[in-house]
Amino acid sequence: MPVEIPKDSWPGAVNTVTLGATGDQGGSRTSTVTIGGERSLPFMHFESPMPHRPAIAMEIAPARPADWSAVLLEAWGATADDPGSWARACEEAGADLILLQFGLKGSGDEPVSADFAVAAVKAVLGSTGLPLVVVGPGQAEVDNSILVPIADATKGERLVLGLCEEGNYRTLVAAAMANDHLVLGKTPMDVNLAKQLNILMSDMGLGRDRVVMDPTTAALGYGIEYGYSVMERLRLAALQGDGMTQFPILVTPGAEAWKAKESKVGEGTPAEWGEWRQRGMNWEALTAVSLVEAGAHVVVLRHPESLRRVRAAIDELMASETA
Amino acid sequence: MALAGIQIYKLLPQTNCKECGFPTCLAFAMKLAAKQVELDACPYVTEDSKKQLAESAMPPIRLVTLKGKAGEARAGNEVVLFRHEKKFFNRPGIFIRVADTAADEEIAVTVGAASSYAVDYVGMKLGLDGFAVEAASGDKARLAAVVGAVRAATGLPLILVGRDPEVLAAGLEKLPGEAPLLMGADGSNWEAVADLALKHGAALGLSGASLEELAEMAVKAQEKGVEDLVLHPAAEGLGASLALNTQIRRLALKNFRPLGYPTISFTSGGGPAGRDAVAAAQAVCKYAGFVVLDRFAPELVYPLLVLRENIYTDPQKPIQVQPAIYEINNPGPAAPVLVTTNFSITYFSVANEVEGAGLPAWLVVTDAEGMSVLTAWAAGKFDAASIAKAVKGFGVAAKVDQKLIVIPGHTAVLSGELEEELPDWTIRVGPREAVDLPRYMKEVLV
Repeated sequence: MPVEIPKDSWPGAVNTVTLGATGDQGGSRTSTVTIGGERSLPFMHFESPMPHRPAIAMEIAPARPADWSAVLLEAWGATADDPGSWARACEEAGADLILLQFGLKGSGDEPVSADFAVAAVKAVLGSTGLPLVVVGPGQAEVDNSILVPIADATKGERLVLGLCEEGNYRTLVAAAMANDHLVLGKTPMDVNLAKQLNILMSDMGLGRDRVVMDPTTAALGYGIEYGYSVMERLRLAALQGDGMTQFPILVTPGAEAWKAKESKVGEGTPAEWGEWRQRGMNWEALTAVSLVEAGAHVVVLRHPESLRRVRAAIDELMASETA
Repeated sequence: MALAGIQIYKLLPQTNCKECGFPTCLAFAMKLAAKQVELDACPYVTEDSKKQLAESAMPPIRLVTLKGKAGEARAGNEVVLFRHEKKFFNRPGIFIRVADTAADEEIAVTVGAASSYAVDYVGMKLGLDGFAVEAASGDKARLAAVVGAVRAATGLPLILVGRDPEVLAAGLEKLPGEAPLLMGADGSNWEAVADLALKHGAALGLSGASLEELAEMAVKAQEKGVEDLVLHPAAEGLGASLALNTQIRRLALKNFRPLGYPTISFTSGGGPAGRDAVAAAQAVCKYAGFVVLDRFAPELVYPLLVLRENIYTDPQKPIQVQPAIYEINNPGPAAPVLVTTNFSITYFSVANEVEGAGLPAWLVVTDAEGMSVLTAWAAGKFDAASIAKAVKGFGVAAKVDQKLIVIPGHTAVLSGELEEELPDWTIRVGPREAVDLPRYMKEVLV
């Protein structure tokens, strides 16, 4: 029986954004990552081939993080003591890019300083050729105090600088524009708030190829359905032609999943939760894959085994063509 | 697709006789469209109109109910592609595969553990829906024996998997009065399996690699009289599977009847570790009506049951707890007062952490319309005024000696305003995440 396959054709497309710059392009990266460009819903290759695959970023910290699950610290071992060696380990594990997450502390108990932050970024850039996302602790003043010097010290690298929020986007956008970088905007799980920040940043003259957005997601079991639906709605709006929703999406399932008690803790949990390590990996991989299906362009992960699992899933999703 | 009121009106006598109890045929049509009245209330509607209206009232995806000795698994009746458009209705049944070639003891252990599995998630008990018994031996007596053993151990609905109708028939004999699913019909044997399904009142699963193949078999099975069909798009790889399941859902919602049935997804245990979990997660998110896992393991099943719960939650109605002051670990007058919102996941995250750490506390849950802290704050539903209102309304001051209140770290910005609203109280900013509360309470809040 002949069946006519319904194909949607959309007027809009997701912006194409390239992260990182090679030597020829004014940076020092050995590879770049290009995301976005879709003219259809995720992996609907029969409508319109997906031009770029979703990328996987691995999250690292400038010093061994005190609040990470023992499962993660065990997996990375001594490499997590130093951002350079950690970034290299991520590259060897198959990451497409690195996300360096700063906290409020620098070395020891000192508050994070510009010198400390710039040194950590340089260490990462020196030890790996992958593109880099740099994210501040999330307090506007501290973020600006480290991200502006980082932007100046790495001119031309096309780093992604975050987080741009309504309170501090001006400083970060200006630093990115002056130094040939990109920005990451973050809004709390709401389509309209995401649009509004994108409008504000665009009004400063920042190019459409220089913005990545994080509409915020929660882990499996902790409200993933909100982020999931916000992402689906953003993608639908983008395809329908709403320019201020067409920025590629970066989300952080690794940080969210490993914050959940199900992953983080191995003792004093119910027997019905099962074996800790596999549960933690499933928690991270399932959160990430669900978000990839909802339209994520970059998923930021924490465990090397989750990286392998999510990469394998993306391979399958990209490879297939139906008869 | 359901007809609009005006379309229904065209099929009515249009005489305004009022015998249906409504003043005009149009008013009656509107009530019919809203499904608030039965067509039988009109004594003059023609047979032809009845037939057209009955067809239009059929859901785009047929509801298929598998019945065990105790319990049911329902799939179908879905009306949208995206959960935000309305909601997903029937949670996909999660089944565990049991091959009849496994040793009796292994089968007993798996079925025992999986059928009694129950896990608590935000105050709800989640569990599995049934078993898929596979006739891998090809032996009638063996399948019958295993089906009998599984049935003796659990009342949950069953799926029988096998290509040989005679072997399947032997299994069916062990399930009188039930409505299992027969899985294994394809282009070569579907007719015999369809006869079997008809005879026993079982649902019929159809396997095909293409939509054409599935639609053709479905139409023939319908013509034979089988009503409860389940489609198995047999695709290699997650991408092909996603495409086929999406196409089936889209066509069904466009009222393409041959594919208007729920689908089933099998996650093979083969492949690298974790592959089955990922495949099952895709099936849950993207349209499967039944999911069959190759193995039972709590660390696999628990996250999947949670994902299913999350995706099938009504987006319009977040799961809420009652705004109130909750007592954790029998707090006395010296215990601190913690504040959070009434989104169930938020409440349970906070309550579980504090309770688990054995620390006494008063937990004030505000009415934030079921939103989490950050979302409620962004939406103006969790602010200084609403916190102060809750603290005063629940009479918190009378319960404690020291007027100390801890607000979530994400809303540190509220502390100034809250000091104005509650001038007698000391406002402290707690951690951002519930998981860090015990350490905060032990180390900072002393």
